[in-house]
Amino acid sequence: MFWFLRRGIASLVMLWVIVTLVFMSIHFVPGDPVELLLSQDGGSADPATVQMIREDLGLNRPIVEQYVEKLKGLASFDLGRSMVDDSSVSAEIARRLPRTLELIGLAALISLVIGIPAGIYAALHTGRTFDRVASYLAGFAQGIPVFVLGTLLILVFSQMLKLTSAGGFVAFSQAPGKHMGLLLMPSLSIGIGLAAIVFRITRASTLEVLPLDYVRTARAKGLGDRRIVLHHILRNALIPVITIFALQIGSLLGGTVLVEYVFNWPGLSGMLVSGVNARDYPTVTGVILVISALFIGLNFLVDVLYGLTDPRVRK
Amino acid sequence: MTGTSLKFTSRQIPAVLLALLLVVSLLAPVLPLQDPLLMDTAARFAAPSGAHLFGQDEFGRDILVRLIFAIRNSLIVAFAAAILAGVIGTALGVMAGYSRGLTEMLAMRFIDIVLCFPPLLLAMLAVTLYGPGPVTLIPVLAIVFVPSFTRVAHASVLSVRSQDYVEAVRSMGASNARVMFSTILPNIAGPLIVQFSFTVAVTVVLESGLSFLGLGVLPPAPSLGLMIGTGRATLAQAPMLLVWPCAALTAMILILNAFCDDLRDRLDPKSSKIRGQ
Repeated sequence: MFWFLRRGIASLVMLWVIVTLVFMSIHFVPGDPVELLLSQDGGSADPATVQMIREDLGLNRPIVEQYVEKLKGLASFDLGRSMVDDSSVSAEIARRLPRTLELIGLAALISLVIGIPAGIYAALHTGRTFDRVASYLAGFAQGIPVFVLGTLLILVFSQMLKLTSAGGFVAFSQAPGKHMGLLLMPSLSIGIGLAAIVFRITRASTLEVLPLDYVRTARAKGLGDRRIVLHHILRNALIPVITIFALQIGSLLGGTVLVEYVFNWPGLSGMLVSGVNARDYPTVTGVILVISALFIGLNFLVDVLYGLTDPRVRK
Repeated sequence: MTGTSLKFTSRQIPAVLLALLLVVSLLAPVLPLQDPLLMDTAARFAAPSGAHLFGQDEFGRDILVRLIFAIRNSLIVAFAAAILAGVIGTALGVMAGYSRGLTEMLAMRFIDIVLCFPPLLLAMLAVTLYGPGPVTLIPVLAIVFVPSFTRVAHASVLSVRSQDYVEAVRSMGASNARVMFSTILPNIAGPLIVQFSFTVAVTVVLESGLSFLGLGVLPPAPSLGLMIGTGRATLAQAPMLLVWPCAALTAMILILNAFCDDLRDRLDPKSSKIRGQ
């Protein structure tokens, strides 16, 4: 229990560090940040507008006061207002976040459902055709960037085979079937690369576990293959899989940003990309804070999972 | 003896292909190629011909030439970012591992903070603040990869700093800087070179992603990510405009990955032992 609490506190500290860093980032820019934000189209900015935006962002107040204000806002989930249309950043994120989460969820599910059984099967039959083919495919899948895979999926499945539309979004409440159909291709784009990594690690860790004494004991006891794999090998082989999965969370979130953009999936990334293009500072920092919080939250979840599967790490 | 070492093996394929990519990229400006920015609007979406082997794009520019220059840009950006990240990260890691105490604490906490961000997001935050373009792209990518160099250098320094040969140089009165950079550094070069090759490979992926979103290399400069991004608009009429950069990017990444794996097996005996070779 104490271990979980300590991990939780460490995660909160990390979150605080990120908030502080993102808060300070606008002050790292040499010169006046607002003028820089406004002068992107060449000409110099109108002083009145600059003054107005400075007041909007609270940049004219002392830095400590701004910081306290920011923390207060965050405590009530207020991420400020967009510089483009003055809409509430938090409300927009709340609307889009579930769509990003279901994408991540399905992608992770796909990768585990493909990667773990394939990895175990390949390890139990090393050097056979399946093992060799799967290993080559995994190397290939790991190399291809998510947005290339997504683009090629669109080219093949919607342009050439006309099986699905090239992307878009329908609310689950309106048409559940269509919704899941549109979710499938983006999830696959992320899931396949991840499945390759899960496959490799599962294969390697199963191979490591196979010659160990307890597997031999189980076999000597006369247990069936099925029981040995499920109860003796899997549990021990999964620990490295969880570790690697945790390391991939960052690239999983980055991949989501790209894939949402490829498939016009209206999650957080469309908001982020247009925010970066318009240099809409509150929108960008808001989305980045939320995704980073997600990053930390998922890492914490993995830590907890890790602690549950392997009680030794809790010491 | 010489006969066996000259024999060509399949393990050398990635290295040979990479060398080929590097040579073509380096020589691209002096090779007898067309200007990658030269437009020929009369020949928009022209099919492959003798003069234009891969055909022409939506502005009538030669696709093959643009691919070559895009690979060149991608490698220039990746190498520059990896060198910058390598120099800063290694210096930080060596100093942290050698001096311990406060320096170590500050350096290691700093990289922990950078690691809190998913790489693509950190790059996007920096692009928002400094604007997209070649001047910001390289430092932005470098920041993302400083921590991995620091970690590798730090861990390696910890394992060699108390060895006898370091102690010997120190007892002869060598300065700290000398011990760190002319005694310790050459002895931890192996893992750092492996890290460098991985960084180049990962930077190629990250840069193409940023350029794809329109936040990395800016048009009209040729970039694989950007070509894939713009190729999407003409997917129906000219699918090859999309297929070529996708294939080139994937091939380049696969070559780099294979080269990295091979390099690691050679320079890092521990990992090859695990693989049982």
